[in-house]
Amino acid sequence: MFRFIVRRLLQLIPALFGLSILLFIWLHKLPGGPESAILGERGTPEMRAAIRENLGLDEPILVQYGRFMKRMIQLDLGTSIATKREVTTEFLERFPGTVELALTAMIIAIALGIPLGYLAARRRGRFLDHVSVAGSLVGVCVPVFFLAYVLKAIFAENLHLFPSSGRQDPTIDATRVTNFFVLDGLLTREWDAAADALWHLVLPGLALASIPLAIIVRITRASVLEVLGEDYIRTAEAKGLTERMVRNRHVLRNAMLPVSTTIGLLTGSLLSGAVLTETVFAFSGIGAFIADSINQRDYPVLMGFIMIIAVIFVLVNLIVDLSYSLIDPRVRVR
Amino acid sequence: MRAPRPKAAIAAVAVAALAVAGCAESDRGGSGSKDTLVFGVAGDPKVLDPSLASDGESLRVARQIFETLVRPEEGGTKITPGLAESWTPDSTGTVWTFKLRSGVKFHDGTDFNAEAVCVNFNRWYNATGLMQSPDVTPYWQDVMGGFAKNEREDLPPSLFKSCTAKDATTVELAFTRPSSKIPAALMLPSFSIHSPKALEQYQASTIGGSADNIQYPPYAMSHPTGTGPYKFKSWDVANKTLTLERYEGYSGPAAKIKTIVFKTIPDENARKQALRSGDIQGYDLVGPADVKPLQDEGFNVLTRPAFNILYLAINQKGNPKLADIRVRQAIAHALNRQALVDSKLPPGAKVAIQFMPDTVEGWNPSVRTYEYDVNKAKQLLAEAGATNLTLRFHYPTEVTRPYMPNPKDIFELLSADLQAVGIKVEPIPLKWSPDYLNATTAGSAHDLHLLGWTGDYGDAYNFIGTMFDRQKDEWGFNNPELFALFEKADKTADQAARYELYKELNAKVMEFLPGVPISHSPPAIVFAKDVTGVKASPLTDERFSTAEFTS
Amino acid sequence: MTITERARRKAEKLDRLGELSAARDDERGVSLWQEAFRRLRRNPAAIVGAVILGVFLVVAIVGPFFVPYSPTDTMGIREGLVKSGQGIIPGSSGDHWLGFDHQGRDEFSRLVVGARQTLLVGVVSTLIGLAVGALIGGVAGAAAGLGGRWGRWVDGVLMRVVDMMLALPSLLLAVSIAALLGAGLDTVMIAVGMVSVPVFARLLRGSMIAQSGSDYVLAAASLGVRRSKIALSHVLPNSLAPVIVQATLTLATAIIEAAALSFLGLGNPDTAVPEWGVMLADAQPYLGIRPALAIYPAVAIIITALGFTLLGEAMREALDPKLRK
Repeated sequence: MFRFIVRRLLQLIPALFGLSILLFIWLHKLPGGPESAILGERGTPEMRAAIRENLGLDEPILVQYGRFMKRMIQLDLGTSIATKREVTTEFLERFPGTVELALTAMIIAIALGIPLGYLAARRRGRFLDHVSVAGSLVGVCVPVFFLAYVLKAIFAENLHLFPSSGRQDPTIDATRVTNFFVLDGLLTREWDAAADALWHLVLPGLALASIPLAIIVRITRASVLEVLGEDYIRTAEAKGLTERMVRNRHVLRNAMLPVSTTIGLLTGSLLSGAVLTETVFAFSGIGAFIADSINQRDYPVLMGFIMIIAVIFVLVNLIVDLSYSLIDPRVRVR
Repeated sequence: MRAPRPKAAIAAVAVAALAVAGCAESDRGGSGSKDTLVFGVAGDPKVLDPSLASDGESLRVARQIFETLVRPEEGGTKITPGLAESWTPDSTGTVWTFKLRSGVKFHDGTDFNAEAVCVNFNRWYNATGLMQSPDVTPYWQDVMGGFAKNEREDLPPSLFKSCTAKDATTVELAFTRPSSKIPAALMLPSFSIHSPKALEQYQASTIGGSADNIQYPPYAMSHPTGTGPYKFKSWDVANKTLTLERYEGYSGPAAKIKTIVFKTIPDENARKQALRSGDIQGYDLVGPADVKPLQDEGFNVLTRPAFNILYLAINQKGNPKLADIRVRQAIAHALNRQALVDSKLPPGAKVAIQFMPDTVEGWNPSVRTYEYDVNKAKQLLAEAGATNLTLRFHYPTEVTRPYMPNPKDIFELLSADLQAVGIKVEPIPLKWSPDYLNATTAGSAHDLHLLGWTGDYGDAYNFIGTMFDRQKDEWGFNNPELFALFEKADKTADQAARYELYKELNAKVMEFLPGVPISHSPPAIVFAKDVTGVKASPLTDERFSTAEFTS
Repeated sequence: MTITERARRKAEKLDRLGELSAARDDERGVSLWQEAFRRLRRNPAAIVGAVILGVFLVVAIVGPFFVPYSPTDTMGIREGLVKSGQGIIPGSSGDHWLGFDHQGRDEFSRLVVGARQTLLVGVVSTLIGLAVGALIGGVAGAAAGLGGRWGRWVDGVLMRVVDMMLALPSLLLAVSIAALLGAGLDTVMIAVGMVSVPVFARLLRGSMIAQSGSDYVLAAASLGVRRSKIALSHVLPNSLAPVIVQATLTLATAIIEAAALSFLGLGNPDTAVPEWGVMLADAQPYLGIRPALAIYPAVAIIITALGFTLLGEAMREALDPKLRK
């Protein structure tokens, strides 16, 4: 087990190096540069040239990459061209928002999706089945930005139940520790701040949850149906176990494996949905920030953010793989 | 695996927490005393030191924290007293004496005086190293040109020469030549007066890092110190909010609302929804189509006097036919600008007959105009032998500018007009950032493009001079006679004489027709039903200190 | 590949083995599809999906010839009826069934003509994703099936590339492709297509690896058939079913992704031909005064995507031997 972890971590180094080269070249080959985003209408061609020169964008790409790598080795990701703030700072301030949002969406999707999928399978062909299947189909098909608008129109504009934007009511004087607002509120015992942050997560969480929820319902339903056809379930029922015991000990336990694999894969795609969700809910996170940075050709931010995300992605995958071996004794890590 | 049970537990906790949150929410809603105004803006500010800023959001914040020597009248563009009570030029027009207000204190408790003014001007003038980068001190370079010691070859000599403190309330600013920009440009927030003590304490002029890795000093990120009605409290990037608090020692009438929060909401619809749901009590950059519905619902929609120009630029270099005045005239006659203004721009928009709005001195009512006339356009094209013309028409995507709320829609209409007179259009959409401006203001591979300008201060040179006072790749023409006249106007110290020259320039420009002025469109800003006291400003110089909640 | 997937695939392989060994080699493909089609016909969801798609296809193909007005004619503005800047966009009337859009064009005509463009974007981008994904997945699958050090190496490298594509959020991938190629219809189709490449690649590879462990492959190998021939003429054709099902499902997401790209301002800039995603994105500023302009294309997108999804899901069920009753 230990050697497995070490090997996976060592593999990370060449992978990151390769990724950094590819990414660097790809980004710098994109047409346009950061200079006109900085200057706007006021920029003259001379000013733009001066900025390009200052940023060293006229030098050969290898020289530029060398400079980047030199800083990178010292664990310095540089500063954003657009905001002039340190890339690490930007990341630490924006990443927690995305994580909170993605987690909320996941919790909503799992908490609703698995029971619905299970019930749909148990009552196959009945009303509930049709409703949840149809609902999940529509869920996948509604564009997120449109759903967000509708959700806000109903719950924020008309019912005034939830806030329509942001992560926390700005009139609350909350202390920031980790920038995970809910966690910060709990850590500093500012219950009000934590509750308010949670409250702000509901609508964006719902909007972002729509697609994973629909997929989880479908996978759970299919997976439960498959298990229900197995001999051991018939055996279990035949030997007189209650439905509850059959469900907990046999059906869910066996049906959850593909579901948890799917949930793992969905986590990556949540980032993608977060781009739109963060934009329409004015939610401070990395999704919308990366999209902006692409438009502004903010090379240091893009390099830094994607490298950090890649590391996190690899680590999460490692943990997921390890956890499988704990969940399922048949799987052994080699 | 016992997954279901913990998950159920998590779900239960989440639901319970939401219920608690719900109670907390309703508690707050009930007892809310109205001492905070949350205002929705479209983008994060970039920097808090306005000397280093050029983006509207940074400047909006600076306008509440800082004051300038002279400032525009409330809701207008005329020069009125700011930190200076009066100002007079000498006979040459190069030395200006400013009489300062007394009894003014900075937010850090230090005194404002002539000495402080000179510290500020010398700080800008003596900038070295990265402070001379065009993206660090954009407005200084725009107005003053260069620095004490220019470190870049393309920098012109500085317009500013020296600052002398005659006594505590008298300061003398000397310039190297008379200029149309003085004193109007001193209204710009970038010429805000900072506390010398804070500037030094927080190393305001020390730009760290290297050229490709600029790091702003602590002053610019978290310690802006001015004399304005509000002082800086906090900037919470993780929550996209910036908070200002009333400065109790303000020398003028104290701000009515204690706390102002600027909250960034990039999406236009999201801002509208936030206003309607009560998250915010006002926002800027209202979509033209939303003005009427918001008014009907009872919100306070303020329309700023139009202080901008949208134009269709014609480049005379890329296609030789466009150097023919008749072809340019044909294009002008082909465009149904009235229909465009009526249908696409907000109420109060006007068709432009020259490249500046009529609120600025020097506007000429009798310039040559080009009315919508399809037949005349066709005839002119035929005379010029340009019946089979194909033009590359650039337009920007993914952007709204105050003068151009919906570029794609405007392009579609103009393009249809051109096609109606037989001009073929090759559409070239480019993203505003980072491609559009590069493509349209350099080289000659662009025949037509949409662009505009929002005035910085109330002088005609800021409009027409910026566009036409020298040879530019955007237009691709060389007209030495015109350029000479611009230089003459810029150096004319006598105001009345200068305004006459501006009128002459406007007439000449419209005769020469380097492009087609299209419209002036009034941007709108909206406040909640119970917020009053703010006056819309053509320069977006809205003062939140006069805002108040009614009832 | 995660460890669980390996375990699951092994289980699937066993199931499939049982089924395949029951049928005779040369008839198997045909009977599998025939059987699937028979079950498809009995599934009401499949019928609904097929009907929706049928209507959509007919509208997309012949609709543009029968529209009452040109979809690009800004007549509403010319006649002064539409003043969207002042909040005036007339709704439906006798002449204009769904009223005007924000540019004074006939909304109904645009919706009908838009069907064709939407279909084109959906189909072409799915085909791009399918082609590239199947190429990568096919090579990787064949290499893995061939085995040996080279085979494993090729497979490993290709799958790491696919993993990287999965790690990058799909929309950001699309955004950067659009940035590279500039705005345009082909850009939209390539960007949306590339997003589904890793899915197709993984699917085909997984399916091929599962097949290459089958008895008939073993039999062919023991008869002396070359391994590359086995991979191409036996394993590949038998592994295509899940890929085809996935393509149907991807058509739905492709249409939605294209709409999202338009929302981010990266859609097709050529305004001469309307497309539902672009129409939905263009309607955003006018939600306040005429939400119908967004609702029409949104509903059209949802129904069409629903049609593809219903049919795709039904096909998946029909082709899945485990769900056979």
